[in-house]
Amino acid sequence: MTLTFLLNGEEIRVDGSAPTTTLLDYLREARGLTGTKEGCNEGDCGACTVMIQDQRGARSLNACILFLPQLQGKSITTVEGLAAPDGTLHPVQDAMITHHGSQCGFCTPGFIMSMATAHTNGATDHADQLAGNLCRCTGYAPILRAAKACEATPPPPHLSPAPFIFSEILRGEVADRGAEPPSSKHVAEPPSARQTAHPTSSDDLAAAYLATPSATLIAGATDVGLWVTKGLQDLDPVIFLEGCSDLKQITESDTAFEVGAMVDMNRLRDTLAPHYPSFAEMLRRFASQQVRNAATLGGNIANGSPIGDSPPPLIALGATLCLRRGDTRRQIPLEDFFVEYGKQDRAPGEFVEKILIPKPSTGVNLRVYKLSKRFDQDISAVLSAFDIRVADGTITAARIAFGGMAGTPKRASHVEQALIGQPWTTATIAKAKAAFAKDYTPLDDMRASADYRLATAQNMLERAFADLSGTPQSVLEVRP
Amino acid sequence: MSVAKPLPHDAARLHVTGAARYVDDIPTPRDCLHLAFGLSTVAHGDITALDLSAVRASSGVVAVLTAADLPFDNDVSPSNHDEPLLATGTVHYVGQPVFLVVATSHRAARIAASRAEITYDEHPALLTVDAALAANSRFEDGPRIWTRGDAPSAIENAPISLTGSFEIGGQEHFYLEGQAALVLPQEDGGMHVHSSTQHPTEIQHKVAEAIGQPMHSVRVETRRMGGGFGGKESQGNALAVACAIAARQTGQACKMRYDRDDDMVITGKRHAFRVDYAVGYDDSGLILGVDFTHLVNCGWAMDLSLPVADRAMLHADNAYFLDHFRVTSHRLKTNLQSATAYRGFGGPQGMLGIERVMDHVAYALGMDPVALRQRNYYLPPETSEDGGPAPRPAASPRSISEKMKGRVTPYGMEVRDFELGGITTRLLATSDYAARKAEVTQWNAGQTSLRRGLGFSPVKFGISFTLTHLNQAGALVHVYQDGSIHLNHGGTEMGQGLFQKVAQVAASRFGVDMATVKITATDTAKVPNTSATAASSGSDLNGMAVKAACDTIRDRMAVFLAAEHQLPPSAVTFADGRVQVGGDGLSFAEAAGRCYLGRISLSATGFYKTPSLEWDRIKGEGRPFFYFAYGAALTEVVVDRLTGEYRILRADVLHDAGASLNPALDIGQVEGAYVQGAGWLTTEELVWDNSGRLRTHAPSTYKIPACSDAPDVFNVALWDGQNREDTIYRSKAVGEPPFMLGISAYLALSDAVARFGDGSYPALDAPATSEEVWRGIARVGGAS
Repeated sequence: MTLTFLLNGEEIRVDGSAPTTTLLDYLREARGLTGTKEGCNEGDCGACTVMIQDQRGARSLNACILFLPQLQGKSITTVEGLAAPDGTLHPVQDAMITHHGSQCGFCTPGFIMSMATAHTNGATDHADQLAGNLCRCTGYAPILRAAKACEATPPPPHLSPAPFIFSEILRGEVADRGAEPPSSKHVAEPPSARQTAHPTSSDDLAAAYLATPSATLIAGATDVGLWVTKGLQDLDPVIFLEGCSDLKQITESDTAFEVGAMVDMNRLRDTLAPHYPSFAEMLRRFASQQVRNAATLGGNIANGSPIGDSPPPLIALGATLCLRRGDTRRQIPLEDFFVEYGKQDRAPGEFVEKILIPKPSTGVNLRVYKLSKRFDQDISAVLSAFDIRVADGTITAARIAFGGMAGTPKRASHVEQALIGQPWTTATIAKAKAAFAKDYTPLDDMRASADYRLATAQNMLERAFADLSGTPQSVLEVRP
Repeated sequence: MSVAKPLPHDAARLHVTGAARYVDDIPTPRDCLHLAFGLSTVAHGDITALDLSAVRASSGVVAVLTAADLPFDNDVSPSNHDEPLLATGTVHYVGQPVFLVVATSHRAARIAASRAEITYDEHPALLTVDAALAANSRFEDGPRIWTRGDAPSAIENAPISLTGSFEIGGQEHFYLEGQAALVLPQEDGGMHVHSSTQHPTEIQHKVAEAIGQPMHSVRVETRRMGGGFGGKESQGNALAVACAIAARQTGQACKMRYDRDDDMVITGKRHAFRVDYAVGYDDSGLILGVDFTHLVNCGWAMDLSLPVADRAMLHADNAYFLDHFRVTSHRLKTNLQSATAYRGFGGPQGMLGIERVMDHVAYALGMDPVALRQRNYYLPPETSEDGGPAPRPAASPRSISEKMKGRVTPYGMEVRDFELGGITTRLLATSDYAARKAEVTQWNAGQTSLRRGLGFSPVKFGISFTLTHLNQAGALVHVYQDGSIHLNHGGTEMGQGLFQKVAQVAASRFGVDMATVKITATDTAKVPNTSATAASSGSDLNGMAVKAACDTIRDRMAVFLAAEHQLPPSAVTFADGRVQVGGDGLSFAEAAGRCYLGRISLSATGFYKTPSLEWDRIKGEGRPFFYFAYGAALTEVVVDRLTGEYRILRADVLHDAGASLNPALDIGQVEGAYVQGAGWLTTEELVWDNSGRLRTHAPSTYKIPACSDAPDVFNVALWDGQNREDTIYRSKAVGEPPFMLGISAYLALSDAVARFGDGSYPALDAPATSEEVWRGIARVGGAS
């Protein structure tokens, strides 16, 4: 299929027959736009950051793990397209010069694009906005000064993308072309073209995936992207979920948030923040801004990683996973999805359609803790979630789940049992700590040793006790 | 005058618009080929079968080369000829290049390189300093030992003594731009090389040897690097050489850049050390004797390990007069990446050793750690009767006159301008140390899980290459007849702002504005026989060489213009874009035009060599450094007992850049170096598994500081002194010295951990990751 998007304001049509061409390679190799840099090719350094605009507004994304078909109908701004047509620099560009924010300059275009996106959105949590941009020269101080300095300057008008791209292109291209498996309709595709489907709804996706269960589903590509850039895989067939707008919806019932599988981590964070602030704070640290803008909740669950950060709190909350295969749907408790390391309860052709997250009821006081070598943009060594309910000084219910402690995200059943029915006291906590060894036998790896994992898991229960008792202590809250 | 102005980096506008070109951004000929190495998967073994049929059959492959296919020298070592481009039968670490793929695209080359079938006869691998020491696997016959006085006796006879041992991890450079080279073959067999390198002349040398040509056939050009930090001093050789060999064979342009994971797996890192120490002292905190042993993990090839280990020994005193002193340095050969240059070049490891000793002694005595340090500082410069510095008497490390006691390093160099007394006093005042120390204690008393801690560390860092002949530099300056100036020198730009600082020197010499001076890429065809841009020497050496070239031209112009006016040359002045000849003023452009018509040569080279150096590295005696740069930092952290998590809350830094050539760029160096130094000692952990495989080979697993890891409050100021030595405009080198200010973060963590405890010393290894801090808390009995 032909892909259509705006690149620095210019309408571009490209042949989409190499579906796993990354935006970064396309920019640098096909377009000669070498301002966007490759620093790591895995979404961890941000040197390739670009600004993407669509109906949702402006987002920063890592071009190195972004496939061209994900850009259908969107507007891309690279560092070359940031200055005004008359050459006037964007305010963040000016500020970075004035505040000496560049030294070697290699990370600078990525910083500029993250800063420009944050500036467009009026975001002033600069360290968070820039958590996914690594700089090895400056120590960040001048970059933060530059970001702060242009807070009050309005975004330049030329960055508002032409509206046609979102409506006409999407209607004209995606709605027409992506609805069915590629073989049935568009015979004009060259025979060498890979099997690529671009469904535009979950119904279309269900049909396409049932027809081609060997296909790789690509949502945000923050994980699958690395199969291509690092694993050097040649994915075929693939199904891009970007067009499935119904999977991007969040609806609310009286008792639950129904979160579509394609909802990204930033939207999830925004949704949950008023209800589960501790969960939302963890989602801030889930990954960088760029990764959270791409990564989907469905993907984070479906890939079955033992160190995915969203499953433990969802398990603690008793979330329900909605799976679909063709027209068959089923719902299971999320914790039952994770069978063992590398194995999930998912049939060929079956996919995660949505997740039901219970709304807070009285007494719910979720606490989520992430332990990693670095606070931001790091994979967890241990991730814990505690939903402990106390009435009249007695623990009435406890749901506790951990990531990083076993081959799957897993409940701490023995710990829960050691708590339920007991008085809410330090003595109870001390006793319950012993039960962790019955629940978990963690591993040594480059992130943490087994004994550190076990001990900190125990200590996180102590931290939860302090937090829920109204005496929170966190190094993240301490100010100089 | 441009010098001393806080001008932005010369390429700042190019950086922020994406227009700044790095090697991989240079437009290439249509038929440019791309290279990738196939890598060893075992740490030590003989290759018994090398089946490359699947590699050759892979899509897009043009050629596949092994060691047997190389036409000339198979060597990319900067020192010892022990580093073949491609393995010759035996492999020495996981990640060693074994074969070279030449393909039509970067991706095709990488895919092909992953398809080899290699069979090894594996040998035991030496992965630790213990294993290497046991096997006597080392790079010199035995350890280097430098002594002054009698440290063992002094320690034995001291009222109090203690011993300790700790690990200092290595560090990945993580320059944001990976290693890269592009080679364009020329009509006569020559090669035009674009390399991301700190050392164009060495690239030229190694490429020439590899293609069997004299050095004049190879031209190496480097406009900028996307970060270097020492990681591009020798590690770029392999890529440039591989490209030149492939270009020679195919006649096509060849480009090679490492994928990030390959870069981290193939290239060397900072040397990991174990430091053992014994120290004798009295109850006033005076150090009476120190005995260090450095176990240096050099990896598989020599590379720059000997001077790195030397520099560690040279900084084992840091800021302290140590009367009875011994340091024993074992340079151990292991089956890991060959450790290489990294900002500080061994200095940080040596310095951390003595700072650890100071921390340990202060803790043992219950003495304020800053006061203990001040107690042991070198003495301030003695003033002569007229108030100026005293003349330098001859000094030998073996017998220090009473007059010189307290002012001579263990290797016999007089410390002539010890600025740390004043720097420390002022930093303690501006950072409000005394009050904050009390506040921290008070705050801690109200906490259950959290403790704050403070750490202070001084830096005294020696400036000059310890290999004396490297302390030279050249420059080439042209003034065109329109008055515009073309500037070139042997230094390379890696982000440190060297080009701008040197251009400020040139503009100042001619009295013109900065726009008049054109900064140009480092080019071995313009300035030959350059030293690496390393050892913080860039502006010291190249600034002086450029000054010499500019002054040559300026003097010629002055002589000519003065003669026209029948005035002495001294009557000609250059300032504000004007040339004043007696009462007659003309623009610099008019002056240049007049000189051109008068047939005056307006092009000159400049040369500089650092004076006064004499150094015997075997004896450990002499004056290896032209001068010292100083600085000090105070860091405050907060630590959580439950997980060992911590944050840097505040850092106050006062650093000596002499009379700064550009305070904005210098402060940028200081801020960046502090954070990089703190990263080395906190989150940056290199992990190898038991088979020698690096497990932290990408930013997903190797964690350099991110935005939120910079101190919340970060006060950085420059000490307003002048270099007492005759350096360029009396400035001081600033690239490496502030890196070691990050040691204060490690010391602050030690302090915070100790405050959980029962009185035992935290004895943190480095890096002090959250896990290591948690272990430290357990060691001091503060875990529950």
